[in-house]
Amino acid sequence: MARLNEANAVLAKEIIGRYPRPRSATIPLLHLAQQQDGYVTDEAIKHIGELVGATSAEVLGTATFYEMFKFEPVGKYLVNICGTMSCALLGADELMHHAEHKLGIKAGSTTADGLFTLEHAECQAACTEAPCLQVNYRYRYRVTPADLDKLIDDLSRGRLDGEIPPHGTVARVRQHIPSDRAVGAVAPEAVTGAPEWTPPSPEAKK
Amino acid sequence: MSGTIYPHAVGFVAGDRPRIVTDRFQYHDAHTMERFLATDGYKGLRAALAKSPTEVHDEVKGATVLGRGGAGFAAGVKWGLTPQGVWPRYLVVNGDESEPGTYKDRLLMELDPHQLIEGCLIACYAAGLSQCFLYVRGEMALAQERIATALNEAYAAGYVGKNILGSNFSVDIVLHWGAGAYVVGEETALIESLEGNRGMPRQKPPFFPAAIGLYGKPTIVNNVETLANLPWLMRNGVEAYTAIGTATSPGTRMVAVSGHVKRPGVYEIINGTTTFRDLLYGDEFCGGIRDDNQLKAFVPGGGSAPWFLPDQLDLPFENKLVSAAGSMLGSGAIIVMDDTTDIPAAALTLTRFYAHESCGKCVPCREGGTWLERIMRRIVDGHGTERDLDQLLEVGEMICPGAFPHAASERLGLGAVPFPYKMTTICFVGPSAYAPVHSALTLFRDEFEAKLVRRNLIPVTVGAGDDPH
Repeated sequence: MARLNEANAVLAKEIIGRYPRPRSATIPLLHLAQQQDGYVTDEAIKHIGELVGATSAEVLGTATFYEMFKFEPVGKYLVNICGTMSCALLGADELMHHAEHKLGIKAGSTTADGLFTLEHAECQAACTEAPCLQVNYRYRYRVTPADLDKLIDDLSRGRLDGEIPPHGTVARVRQHIPSDRAVGAVAPEAVTGAPEWTPPSPEAKK
Repeated sequence: MSGTIYPHAVGFVAGDRPRIVTDRFQYHDAHTMERFLATDGYKGLRAALAKSPTEVHDEVKGATVLGRGGAGFAAGVKWGLTPQGVWPRYLVVNGDESEPGTYKDRLLMELDPHQLIEGCLIACYAAGLSQCFLYVRGEMALAQERIATALNEAYAAGYVGKNILGSNFSVDIVLHWGAGAYVVGEETALIESLEGNRGMPRQKPPFFPAAIGLYGKPTIVNNVETLANLPWLMRNGVEAYTAIGTATSPGTRMVAVSGHVKRPGVYEIINGTTTFRDLLYGDEFCGGIRDDNQLKAFVPGGGSAPWFLPDQLDLPFENKLVSAAGSMLGSGAIIVMDDTTDIPAAALTLTRFYAHESCGKCVPCREGGTWLERIMRRIVDGHGTERDLDQLLEVGEMICPGAFPHAASERLGLGAVPFPYKMTTICFVGPSAYAPVHSALTLFRDEFEAKLVRRNLIPVTVGAGDDPH
């Protein structure tokens, strides 16, 4: 149960400032909350609502639509095995069965040590490299059962710590718009005329 | 097999063909500002800024740059649909690639993010768009990192932001992340999501984004690959662009071929002339079906597209011809099935996808998709009955009333029903759940029948027609 910490609250304000309307920052802030706590807490939802000017119910309503947001703790590593057609044609089901055996859990659940959550995922845009999977949204391509065994062992022993951050962190690089270069977001109602560079009547020539 | 593979560009196969959007993939550091600037980077932007916005817009219109996201609508025409005198106008970049079989936009975002940024800037300049939102699919961590880095570099170097390259052209590009929802690839759902809401499509009309889009203002939604074409077009001109491909489908297209081929891969092909046979069997492309098996069927344009049989292999990659033949090119994704494929099981994986991804706004999709998935599951698991096959078609009729598009087949004596279909839903997710079911059942009904429960195998002594089921 945690609101956004001080540093993240500052970051949240920076993110909100990029949008013409604060509510547009809802999804980025939910990601920020999940990065902080590993999942989206009730307190964070309340806090995000305060920041973007929405009720907790509205933020929760948005959050529950999207599969990446979790509302209870998940494993340090979220293993998503793709099962859509291109992967299914090349052995995704067998790979999932193998993963369930290896981890001793069914898809949709978490190992007792809290290290792995296994999920059935839909198309991950790596269809030529089937079957594929993601660990915390980092790809592994043309995965054989032996590859999967090695991956699980490597993750368990912390050998991939540098490459794969714990669940919650997606991108490790953030955009920062320097204030001296920013045009700045303006509420749509406050814009009255055409941008400076457009010709007086851009549609006149038709 | 010919073609070059680069270890850093997973899946991509370079060939001896014109390369408009993938040329920098040959460099392992293509995503860096340094390499980008050393390979004509931001020269397209400079060329555009030397002209008036109207001239740039006319060039894009003249080159007929078709949308590469699915609908195939010309970008220049789309930009011209914004109502006169209404400001501000926004650009929303659709980087939510998640159509089954599709793998191209992710490569463009991961390997050449500056090219995409340059394309966004050219579009904003030409169409008078004062802010750009680059919506990247939530699951694509590397693409987000590469774009964030590229944007930070581009801002620092004066290519994005206030008074770009000393001109009076100013635009902010904001990187925005999705969070896992296929339907958000639909442009009005994308806008809803960007406003901080559940990603549910809006009714068109009246919510055509060009007129009533983000925050109710005119908004252009363009696909990543579409925008990535613009820097090359600005550098080389309309004539060079239209010299590639055909008059109705100029330029190149990125196509991903997956499934049962010898070399699945992402290829940049000549638009309009390359045929499916070239792609599946050509030495410079996939090199044939795996283990030299026979081709059974293929999905020509992403999971939503009705399937084609080997009869259609000689069709070229041209929107109108493929539509007339009963399917669509969609997002440039071909999924190949060889003769070992269990057709009902393969169709189920797609139907399950669309049923899972239904946003729940339209009843025919929310309920119909689930029904289709359950019935298909029952048949694949060996519990289906003859009645289930009729029921699949009945449910489909509720989502798409009337004739559903399908391919012609000499073997089955079928004539082609052209694409598109009628639909009772706002967006294409509902019909897409039905497309694989309809194709599989129309073209391979015998495989469904072979899986049905044979209740009449129980010996009966009364009249033969008295099957209780």
